[in-house]
Amino acid sequence: MSTAAPVPAAPAFKPTDFHSGNIVRWCPGCGDYAILNAVQGVLAARGKAPHEYTFVSGIGCSSRFPLYMGTYGFHTIHGRALAVATGVKAANPKQEVWVVTGDGDCLSIGGNHLLHALRRNQDFKVLLFNNEIYGLTKGQFSPTSRLGLVNKSAPYGTIDEPLNPLRVALAAGASFVARTSDNDMAHMKSILERAANHKGTAFVEIMQNCVIFNDKVFEEYYGVKTRKDTLLYLHDGEPMLYGKATERGIVHDGGNLATAEATAAGDKVIKHDEKDENLAYLLTSLQHPEAPVPVGVFKCVERPTYDSMMTAQVAKARELNGEPNLEKLVRGPKTWTVE
Amino acid sequence: MGTATNDGITTDDGILGNSERKDVQEVDDVTILFAGDSGGGMQITGSQFSDTSVVFGNDISTFPDFPAEIRAPVGTLEGVSAFQLHFSNHDIRTPGDKLDVLVAMNAAALKKYVGELKHGGTLIVDKAGFGPNELKKVNYASNPLEDGSLAAYRLVPIDITPQAIASVKPAGISGRAAERCKNFYTLGVLYWLYDRPVEPTIEEIKKKYGKKDPAVAEANVMAIRAGYNFANTIELFTSSFRVRKAKFDPGLYRNISGNVAAALGITAAASKSGRKVFFGSYPITPASDILHELSKLKHFGVLTFQAEDEIAAVASAIGASYAGELGVTCSSGPGIALKSEAINLALMVELPLLVVDVQRAGPSTGMPTKTEQADLLQVLWGRNGDSPIPVLAAATPGDCFETIYECARIAVKYMTPVMFLSDGYLGNGAEPWKVPDLNALKPFEFGFGLEKETFKPYLRNPETGARPWAVPGTPGLEHRLTGIEKEAVTGKINYEPENHQKMTNERHQKVANIAKEIGPSKVSGDQEGELLVISWGGTFGAVLTAVEEALKVKRGIGHLHLRYLNPLPADLKDIMAKYKTVAVPELNNGQLAYHLQGTYGRPVASIAQASGRMFSVSGLVTKFLSFVK
Repeated sequence: MSTAAPVPAAPAFKPTDFHSGNIVRWCPGCGDYAILNAVQGVLAARGKAPHEYTFVSGIGCSSRFPLYMGTYGFHTIHGRALAVATGVKAANPKQEVWVVTGDGDCLSIGGNHLLHALRRNQDFKVLLFNNEIYGLTKGQFSPTSRLGLVNKSAPYGTIDEPLNPLRVALAAGASFVARTSDNDMAHMKSILERAANHKGTAFVEIMQNCVIFNDKVFEEYYGVKTRKDTLLYLHDGEPMLYGKATERGIVHDGGNLATAEATAAGDKVIKHDEKDENLAYLLTSLQHPEAPVPVGVFKCVERPTYDSMMTAQVAKARELNGEPNLEKLVRGPKTWTVE
Repeated sequence: MGTATNDGITTDDGILGNSERKDVQEVDDVTILFAGDSGGGMQITGSQFSDTSVVFGNDISTFPDFPAEIRAPVGTLEGVSAFQLHFSNHDIRTPGDKLDVLVAMNAAALKKYVGELKHGGTLIVDKAGFGPNELKKVNYASNPLEDGSLAAYRLVPIDITPQAIASVKPAGISGRAAERCKNFYTLGVLYWLYDRPVEPTIEEIKKKYGKKDPAVAEANVMAIRAGYNFANTIELFTSSFRVRKAKFDPGLYRNISGNVAAALGITAAASKSGRKVFFGSYPITPASDILHELSKLKHFGVLTFQAEDEIAAVASAIGASYAGELGVTCSSGPGIALKSEAINLALMVELPLLVVDVQRAGPSTGMPTKTEQADLLQVLWGRNGDSPIPVLAAATPGDCFETIYECARIAVKYMTPVMFLSDGYLGNGAEPWKVPDLNALKPFEFGFGLEKETFKPYLRNPETGARPWAVPGTPGLEHRLTGIEKEAVTGKINYEPENHQKMTNERHQKVANIAKEIGPSKVSGDQEGELLVISWGGTFGAVLTAVEEALKVKRGIGHLHLRYLNPLPADLKDIMAKYKTVAVPELNNGQLAYHLQGTYGRPVASIAQASGRMFSVSGLVTKFLSFVK
């Protein structure tokens, strides 16, 4: 880059430029507030104007999100956010499309759409607010609720094995898979920024606390005081170390991952590689309390987006068929004249 | 055969004729049905005969009748695929009631359709399809070709398969491929019988297979010529028949099926509106052909999207409409049921959405390849909450073009989902169609309320009741939509009782406003008197023909065909009042009759048929006359 060329100053946006003016109505203490702040902060810093974004959601507490954003927004129906977003992005590829969804919306009623959105790899962002519970319908178990969780619709405890959202995403071929938490503003912002800049579908699971129906469900490992020992912060190309003095690391153990004392393990400590899909999958198996819970970008690869392939197909159809001529088309291959 | 202009065809000349070919005899119209094993090429044979006939200048109406299974077991009743063709020298509107000619390529085809052949009708069979196995599969105790049970018909048994195989020997193709040539051999026989030239089909064969597989192309050309020559030289038939050209309005014509016409109508909407069409669809019989057609037309501004399911298909279309293009989704009854919740979202957020329902027979899976009109009440009333949406139905295959275009225009002008109803009979059936003047299509009207200073998402156009269509990406028009009830004008979430009543009324009024665009209803036949027949959708041709027939017997009968089912034409009530009886023939259990009765509070007689098939004209005539003193 030439040093002489002046760098154009990005238009200055403040987070408040991304406020819709609607009164935010989540429960006091809900993790959603922090996510809203993070998103508004990240977008303001990116330099694009509010009208360049469209936020799409389904139904659930999280899905009220677009109503609070000063952008274009569409609060749709339960489970269908991704399907609606697919049409928004295909019809209007210049829009920056963000989908906000919850664990019930995205993985239960809308599960099918998640698989297909991820394999298509349209250029939009998916924020999964995972609180492991149904909040808006007041406390039933969700597809990510843990076995045995006692709740309104499972008074004797949940007997459904929970889904691991990141494993689902990887299996469906997602090109960007990450995890962050609602109680770590800096980390959340850095991951959202990475997602925003990814060309393709970016899937971000946000561990989000529901103060009313599933309070402190992540606290044991994402709590501010203990998390250096219980979370594994992923950095591309760097050794996977954790602990207050980074004294522990992740190593291979046969076909699995294991924890080890860092000094003893030496260069056996695995270096993170965002392009290594198998490693990403192994990382999703690390669970509390046996291992630290990984946060950060699990996988990030570039592959053609659906939008770019669709644009290419339209161009090819034009090339093959020439300029569209509606009259000729309507006349069809064979006509005859009646005098 | 049909109504013969002379008695030539009704006299029994026997199969073996004189050594010289008799004069070609003229008939007015002929109904032929080609039947054989599914996968045996019956649809191609039938459509080739249709194409040749329309280019020759006949009016035609066709209807394919095929099994839902792709390849049901060979030689069974379930595996029979058929193509019915009605061609004539005058205006016709149905594929015909009873058959003049049945071409049965095997015993199963004979068993399935012989009951529909007129007494004295011509029955052409391939003897090779009547071996012991074929007879056993359909429980024939003895060979009907030999036991005298077909004495009522003019039976023409031909060794089609061995003759066809022998005729294509010089092409040097495999045994199986040679056997497949029997269809074109049969076509050759029929071309001779109905005095059609073989050249158009030969050209078509060369165009289609000439490059891909020259040997197969050559074999098919040999087969069609061999069949033609066979019928000509051995004097199999004592005479051949000719149907003269039909009288059409002057103009340029093409042959078209309802599904193709619908696809073209959608493409015309993209072109005329200047907005791209986003077509979200999930494959389903009998609607998939619309997806197939449109997926070839990406360069016309039509983006086709084969979604993961019916719900994604409609939801993505709604997303596209929000993003500023015209969202279209397409299915049949079961898929429409799955889309209902999302259609209501489009109604609530007041976005344009075109929903195409190519109806099929029965609830649940029902009979996917058979026709019916039984989704009417589903699309009128089958969603949660008060959910008024416009519903229009096409009358003929060609009318699918104009009606679907009108649906798209209304969707955009009134910012509403609109339901377009077709059915399997229209979608797959074909007719000659006068190529429309595209300049005469009504323009699209939108663009209300987009001034940045005064923009409100739910401000209504005082004339139509439509809200503004603001496109994401436009500075200053940022707004949020939701399926939750909203405050009038501002669009903010609102649960107040008075507001919900107001919004419910406004949504209803918006659809009611469309009635102002519907011109005066046309009644054919008598303008007052004994019986008003009200029809809708694909029964148009059968009902109009039957009314004309009935009028030859008794007076006081009128016919009104509805394109708009919601809103209904404003003058309908007054027209109904001019007749003693109002009767609605429809292919369901009486849905429009029920709807009209409820709407206008007067008794409406129902002529209901749910058999998966079109009305027979003669059956309708009897019914109509039973209402007239």
